[in-house]
Amino acid sequence: MEITRRHLLLLLPSAAVAWKYVLAGTPESAPNYKLTEHWWGMLIDIPKCIGCGSCVRACAQENEVPDGYFRTWVERYHVADWKIEKPEVESPDGGKQGFPPNEESGGKNFFVPKLCNHCADSPCTQVCPVGATFVTPDGVVLVDKKYCLGCRYCVQACPYGCRFINPKTNTAEKCTLCYHRITKGLTTACCEVCPTGARQLADLKNPKDPIHEFLRTHTVQVLKPHMATGAKVFYNGMDGSVR
Amino acid sequence: MTIPVEGFMYPNEVELQWSVLIVLYPFITGLVAGAFILASLERVFRVQAVKPTYRLALLTALSFLLVAPLPLQLHLGHPERSFEMYLTPHRSSAMAMFGFVYLWYLMAVLLLEIWLDYRRDIVLKSQSATGLVRFVYRVLTLGSDNISERSLWIDERLGYFITLVGIPSAFLLHGYVGFIFGSVKANPWWSSPLMPIVFIFSAMVSGIAAVMLLYMISTRLRRRAIDIRCLDKIAQYLLYTFVIDFSLEMLDLLQRIYEADESFRSLDFMVHTRLWKSQVIVQILLGTVTPIALLGLTQILKLTDAARKRIYALAGSLTVIGIFAMRWNVVIGGQLFSKSFLGYTTYKMSFATREGLLTAIVLMILPFLILWVLVKLLPPWPDADSLSVSSATPAHGTS
Amino acid sequence: MFKDIEHLIRLALVMAIAVVAFIFVRAAVIPRSFGQYGHYRGDAIAEVAARPIAFAGHQVCEGCHTEVVDQKKLGKHVVVPCEACHGALSNHAEDPASVTPPKLDTAVVCARCHEANSAKPKTFPQVVTADHSGGIACDTCHQPHKPGIESSDKKVAEGKK
Repeated sequence: MEITRRHLLLLLPSAAVAWKYVLAGTPESAPNYKLTEHWWGMLIDIPKCIGCGSCVRACAQENEVPDGYFRTWVERYHVADWKIEKPEVESPDGGKQGFPPNEESGGKNFFVPKLCNHCADSPCTQVCPVGATFVTPDGVVLVDKKYCLGCRYCVQACPYGCRFINPKTNTAEKCTLCYHRITKGLTTACCEVCPTGARQLADLKNPKDPIHEFLRTHTVQVLKPHMATGAKVFYNGMDGSVR
Repeated sequence: MTIPVEGFMYPNEVELQWSVLIVLYPFITGLVAGAFILASLERVFRVQAVKPTYRLALLTALSFLLVAPLPLQLHLGHPERSFEMYLTPHRSSAMAMFGFVYLWYLMAVLLLEIWLDYRRDIVLKSQSATGLVRFVYRVLTLGSDNISERSLWIDERLGYFITLVGIPSAFLLHGYVGFIFGSVKANPWWSSPLMPIVFIFSAMVSGIAAVMLLYMISTRLRRRAIDIRCLDKIAQYLLYTFVIDFSLEMLDLLQRIYEADESFRSLDFMVHTRLWKSQVIVQILLGTVTPIALLGLTQILKLTDAARKRIYALAGSLTVIGIFAMRWNVVIGGQLFSKSFLGYTTYKMSFATREGLLTAIVLMILPFLILWVLVKLLPPWPDADSLSVSSATPAHGTS
Repeated sequence: MFKDIEHLIRLALVMAIAVVAFIFVRAAVIPRSFGQYGHYRGDAIAEVAARPIAFAGHQVCEGCHTEVVDQKKLGKHVVVPCEACHGALSNHAEDPASVTPPKLDTAVVCARCHEANSAKPKTFPQVVTADHSGGIACDTCHQPHKPGIESSDKKVAEGKK
């Protein structure tokens, strides 16, 4: 069979992906994914976020998220002087079309992207009556939409408001950390399109992952640490007013 | 329909998750537990005065228990998958216990106790009745028509034991619902160790009041004389339970006001605005303070029988409304504020949908229809207008 | 004596039959992979992972569009992934000939990132488009893959305004 240019065009992308893993020294990551070798999380660098909403749009497109519901969203904070317990927050359509220009010059203003924190001690999996939501061995909290009853207990139990009921399937839904992508060596849709690198996927079990160095050298927080959820989304440069 | 939001809510929080049907469920199981506790007052604690309401209380409990799973099924996204709770119950989830606790209470407590108490009447009716009803009675006898003294005595002893086991079972049936809410650390309106206890006591209050009202209404409909001593006793127990219930709720409130933690300001604002009518006016003033005051009056002043009856009817009605308001304030109230403590949403209750007001109304009428059928089938009245040949007193009353 | 508890024995029998029936039904109906990794259907993991991919990822784009890669290397947009502006294009990557990505409207796309907003980091390049360009399309003056403008180009751009 003659090898045509069309064949090469098709081969090149997959070769490019596989090559990346060869270079990284882990060629087996792309085709042979082992659950126990990964422990997924994410790093969000707040000073880098520009509130463009690309992540929200990309997630909606990648995962067919229905309108009005959000697997990820961006909030804009305005903190007036010392009033860190009473910030003004808004998230028009989850930040999907970016944010309208504003007049405020005083105080502190910044964006906070939010998503499922893929908690290691997840309260949502604790309350599911049938085992339809669970933490995978590689640290991602998923929903089995063939098994979910749609009782909404998990939505109530999530302290971060990241779950919702999909009106088409009548089952619980939320960010899957683009599980269908990360198990194939790609990054999540939101991290892929972020133009400033404010969102980065992290594999906490991979010693070569840059997050380890980052966590060592920066001041990071998780959301609502007093809830002891074992959240794995780390926020760099997060202000005390963030709820 | 756009839902009006004040302040900031996480985008997925704006729409309420649990509707009026989830308000109905604890209300209904509360009535079940309360009615059963009233019945057990006589059976286990030998409070003779309330005997006329014994069988009625059991049938009331059964009517409401049969309807209890319906609001849950109608609320589920996939009711056809609800059997999964029996197949793979997740032991860390309080909700998973529903299937087993419900089944236990229905089969091993309530149905068994009713069957044992009515068995003599069932056997007699299976011999004397005609038509389709006769077949029903025959099935209920399970093929045995032994109503000798000894077998009835065994029934009575077993029934006593069942009631004894039934009291903690009734507490479990309704207490776990309190735990479903009380164990959600994400929601400060719900998260409290007091929740199961408050639920149980308010259940007892509503159940006792409901049976009291049903007794008054059914006696009036049958044009019989009310046993005023019975009513007085029930009202007394209602008052005691109410005082405990009110104290618990006030304790919770006082503690919250004093500690004034981050969630408090948000909750306080919510109570003063969105929940003002349902919590302060209906639940506390009309539904708790007024009935307690009225019932207290009957204990302090010497009033005529007629006056007391009217007060009991009024207090009982206000109580039942007040406890419904309490369930509303817990379930709906817990979803009106944002977990960011920065905003509030609104509950837009629909009317003629699967989870709408009309459905809720139909579900509340259904137990009374079932009770009407049960009363025809198994009359709880201790006098001659019943179908059986002998008088239908509770079996254990004859010994 | 036995006769007097006959009804209870019948009841116990009915309950025993129900329990046994439940055990059999459960064994038949419970999903096979349940409990494989924990209290959930093990198959669900593979089901979630089998979702089709919408965004190809910039490495895939760079595999073919090498001239754009070279152009981007010269400017600030080298860090911006292709699909951040061009949208999800895995279907184009799989069959480039049959799927043509639409031309972008720069007035909309560029503004999402670069419209001035007090919450954006102060070091991030942002403009009030009404003052900056009067509303004309951004690619009139800027080449999106190499957005920076040299001083000589700036005079030309000002002329166009």
